[in-house]
Amino acid sequence: MTEELKVTAFKDIVEKAGGRMVPFAGFLMPVQFTSINAEHETVRNGVGVFDVSHMGEFWVKGPNAAKFIQRITTNNVYDLVDGRVQYSCMPNGKGGIVDDLLVYRFKEDLYFLVVNASNIDKDYNWCVQHAAEFGIVPGKDLINASGEYCQLAIQGPLALKAMQKLTESSIEDMEYYHCRIITFAGIENAIFSTTGYTGSGGCEVYVKNEYAAKLWKAVFEAGAEYEIKPIGLGARDTLRLESGFCLYGNDIDDTTSPIEAGLGWITKMVDGNDFIDREKMEKMKAEGPARRLKGFVLEDKGIPRQHCEICNAAGEKIGEVTSGTMSPTLKIGLGMGYIANEYSKLGTEIFIKVRDKMLRAKVAKTPFWK
Amino acid sequence: MNIPEDLKFTKDHEWLKVEGEFALVGITDYAQSQLGDVAFVEVETVGETLEKEESLGTIEAVKTVSDVFMPVSGEIIEFNQLIQDDPSLVNSDPYGDGWLVKIKMTEADELDELLDADAYEKMLEE
Repeated sequence: MTEELKVTAFKDIVEKAGGRMVPFAGFLMPVQFTSINAEHETVRNGVGVFDVSHMGEFWVKGPNAAKFIQRITTNNVYDLVDGRVQYSCMPNGKGGIVDDLLVYRFKEDLYFLVVNASNIDKDYNWCVQHAAEFGIVPGKDLINASGEYCQLAIQGPLALKAMQKLTESSIEDMEYYHCRIITFAGIENAIFSTTGYTGSGGCEVYVKNEYAAKLWKAVFEAGAEYEIKPIGLGARDTLRLESGFCLYGNDIDDTTSPIEAGLGWITKMVDGNDFIDREKMEKMKAEGPARRLKGFVLEDKGIPRQHCEICNAAGEKIGEVTSGTMSPTLKIGLGMGYIANEYSKLGTEIFIKVRDKMLRAKVAKTPFWK
Repeated sequence: MNIPEDLKFTKDHEWLKVEGEFALVGITDYAQSQLGDVAFVEVETVGETLEKEESLGTIEAVKTVSDVFMPVSGEIIEFNQLIQDDPSLVNSDPYGDGWLVKIKMTEADELDELLDADAYEKMLEE
């Protein structure tokens, strides 16, 4: 069954800007404008703009908002103060991951959750299932606003400098993972955060769909002197992979534990954090997982691809590639994959089976680039 | 889209340039634009005689990998050193320095089965 593809509020603008459109997570999205390598470089050295309006947004409100989020996410929501953002994940009751997400705290009774496009319905239903226990009323205290907001990610070392012109709020000195509701490009109540999925810094801005054209125009005008360019999903993937960020559906999913995925740092076993699956994760942490998600770099020429087998020197399968690419910055093949624990130490020699050829590789630390 | 008049083309978007009993083989401007940034080209068939439509090697782009097929039967004489050093030539100069292999043709009449520039352009339009 093929469902009709959704489009974002920027679709016409993005197409006009030369975006080659492909289906992604149920949306028609630009995969590239000029070339993945060129766009990648723009973000690493200058400033680039992604239409990421496909992402989902939920509001969580009311006196029990924090309690509810604490239950459904693994990170400690009480570490957040107003104006801070936290990376977290939702466990699925079986030790796996419903989704990974960002949790924004604006006030003690006002939170904003940003989830993956492909999981919006699944996540919302999951939240609704657990809402009643905390007196959270869907539609009132828990609102799926995904269809109302469009979002641009403005990324790169020059991003904040370029965007400062568009607001009176002082954003240039905002540290990573902070958020504010500001007037941006003349648009009131824009949600502004110093977040992103590239590892090159920058910000993300969410406004109501009706302001899409106004936002795009202002962002490109403000960025003109820094040679701002539109960037597609192809470069988004190479940028995030070089930085070692997980992609839901590739590197993590309903069958992977945050502990084996190297997300122990967002799994906070602190007093009072009674999140779903805490016991399962504590047990896995104590016993040590049988496999671990690790980065690797190829020593032979080649490009690892998702689902390639990872083998030991004897040719026995010891894991599987979950994400792989040719690194535009380092010009080598690299990727991530689940590797049997005994082969997961940094520097261990492994082999990636790429179209029946065994390519030499080494377990490496992430991010791959600095 | 650039489609030189003096070349022959396949439905799989390879081109062939006849030089006596030899020919240069590459991929078209359209093919490179669809593949995206070429990361490297792998040809391990030098010295082998391959039949028309057999895979002579692969092109790895950042996002995808694609076989390259023999436009006509022949022996692989040379693998372009320039693209081994700089694979991006396949993107920037697909009909020039971005050629892939030189072959010695063994079935000259197979040339008649290839598309000319007009026919290839027409195929792209469809």
